[in-house]
Amino acid sequence: MSVPPVAPRADWGSGVAPRNAVALAGSRIVAFCVVEWQKLMHDRTELVTRAIQPVLWLVVFGETFSRVRAIPTGSLSYLQYMAPGIIAQSGMFVAIFYGIQIIWERDAGILAKLLVTPTPRVALIAGKSFAAAVRALAMVVVILLVSVVIGVGMTANPLRLLGAGASVVLGTIFFSCLSMVIAGLVMSRDRLMGIGQAITMPLFFASSALYPVSMMPTWLQHLSTANPLSYEVSSLRTLLLGNPGNLWSDFAVLTVAAVLGIIAASRLLGRLAR
Amino acid sequence: MSGAVDAVRCVGLVHRFGDVLAVDHLDFRVGSGEVVGLLGPNGAGKTTTIRLINTLLPVREGTVEVFGVNVRSNPMGVRRLIGYVPQQLSIEGALTGRENVTLFARLFDVPRRERADRVREALALLDLEDAADRTASTYSGGMVRRLELAQALVSRPALLVLDEPTTGLDPLAREGVWERVRRMRDEHGMSVLLTTHYMEEADELCDRLVLMHRGALQAEGTPSQLKAAVGPGASLDDVFRHFAGGELRAPEQEGLRDVRATRRTARRLG
Ligand SMILES: Nc1ncnc2c1ncn2[C@@H]1O[C@H](COP(=O)(O)OP(=O)(O)O)[C@@H](O)[C@H]1O
Ligand SMILES: [Mg+2]
Repeated sequence: MSVPPVAPRADWGSGVAPRNAVALAGSRIVAFCVVEWQKLMHDRTELVTRAIQPVLWLVVFGETFSRVRAIPTGSLSYLQYMAPGIIAQSGMFVAIFYGIQIIWERDAGILAKLLVTPTPRVALIAGKSFAAAVRALAMVVVILLVSVVIGVGMTANPLRLLGAGASVVLGTIFFSCLSMVIAGLVMSRDRLMGIGQAITMPLFFASSALYPVSMMPTWLQHLSTANPLSYEVSSLRTLLLGNPGNLWSDFAVLTVAAVLGIIAASRLLGRLAR
Repeated sequence: MSGAVDAVRCVGLVHRFGDVLAVDHLDFRVGSGEVVGLLGPNGAGKTTTIRLINTLLPVREGTVEVFGVNVRSNPMGVRRLIGYVPQQLSIEGALTGRENVTLFARLFDVPRRERADRVREALALLDLEDAADRTASTYSGGMVRRLELAQALVSRPALLVLDEPTTGLDPLAREGVWERVRRMRDEHGMSVLLTTHYMEEADELCDRLVLMHRGALQAEGTPSQLKAAVGPGASLDDVFRHFAGGELRAPEQEGLRDVRATRRTARRLG
């Protein structure tokens, strides 16, 4: 016990030279995405259970309304029209409940350990929201494949598919940050679950996912214009189906929403860390 | 040790939670290569002190330096020097042991070429190689604690900070943790700050003890110095009773306060 203390060995305790902020944030995003992928691979049931609802939307609602032809969707069949809406919705559902994981990590003491690693809070939130996007993308790929199987002709152009992926990533960053903001405010899993359930359907209906904005009452049109989901759906329709649209403004809105989401959620992270 | 800068230096450290004075003008140091134990009853302010040192709580009054790096002006620099194991068992049960440790290697910027080796080294040090590829939800309490130590050590920190590292572990698992802490100190010159309320742990493991009570320092010294100060033939238990005094003789009060704190926590957590 009374061994005289020795000097620190050169290769221990020297730390690692700090890197520039962008490289640091990038490496944290990779770290959290890898972990999310590993978790997903250890438990794939969620991928299946969460796919059931959107598949029902497509198969039951989509097929039925395609026959009825009640909704004017231009050159697209109704099933084609709504498929990008359902794809975006399935990603949004994953994102909206992502904050539950942050609260769980806080209660389990994991968040405290993450916060004392050399990771700035913005990088931690960015990492977590990209990780949510990994999970959402896995979900979206499943729904995309189901859509193709039930006869929704989609693009096979890899660049367009990549663009669609980017749109889903941006949308997920926004909605997962919204979820983490709510987590920082209510700080309870049950309340976040309740709020999540209360807002997902309104967000879904107040977007262009199921019907063209021009069909909505004016007040809903305003809501839809303020809803990032509308821009995600619109860009997916353009990229996947070649529907006319404005990709530049869609991506501009989604990028601004994602950045604002990350800033807001990192501001509130301190409340969870306390 | 002479000439080496202290691993931890706290001067006039104060922390309040609302009206509760959790840390009360605390002065103490951890020499480089020293194992120092923060000792005190529940609610003494040990965890709060640790959370001030490792940047989880903001230092508003007083000074904290880790190897000369100021916690307030350079928190990121301090984080790179510390390996931290919190009071609560906290690992990601859905990931394997190796994945849990690899995450921390990434978060501490262990270079990619070295990463797999460093993770293996940390797991081997804690005797977790055989269990490394099982999900951590299958681990026993003692294995979880060792996995947490592996997470804390994979960055090769200069200072290891352990908050009640052996609470809730069986005697064998406790010995296992002690052995690893000693090895870190002896082979790597690592400095260690730990909290405990086990007298045996303080006696066996620590080079020096800092006794806290109600947020303030009560006594400081090597285990034998403290025992000698209380009287011939005194045990560390006697030292503890001597310095934490009357409060310990009113256990029901202490208990009540704890229950209330727990209820508060439960409410806060919803
Ligand atoms: N987050 C908190 N909010 C309010 N009071 C707290 C908080 N954390 C600790 N305290 C109070 O600060 C005091 C010291 O607590 P703590 O540092 O946890 O003691 P120890 O670790 O020695 O048991 C206690 O009175 C405790 O109730
Ligand atoms: Mg404590």
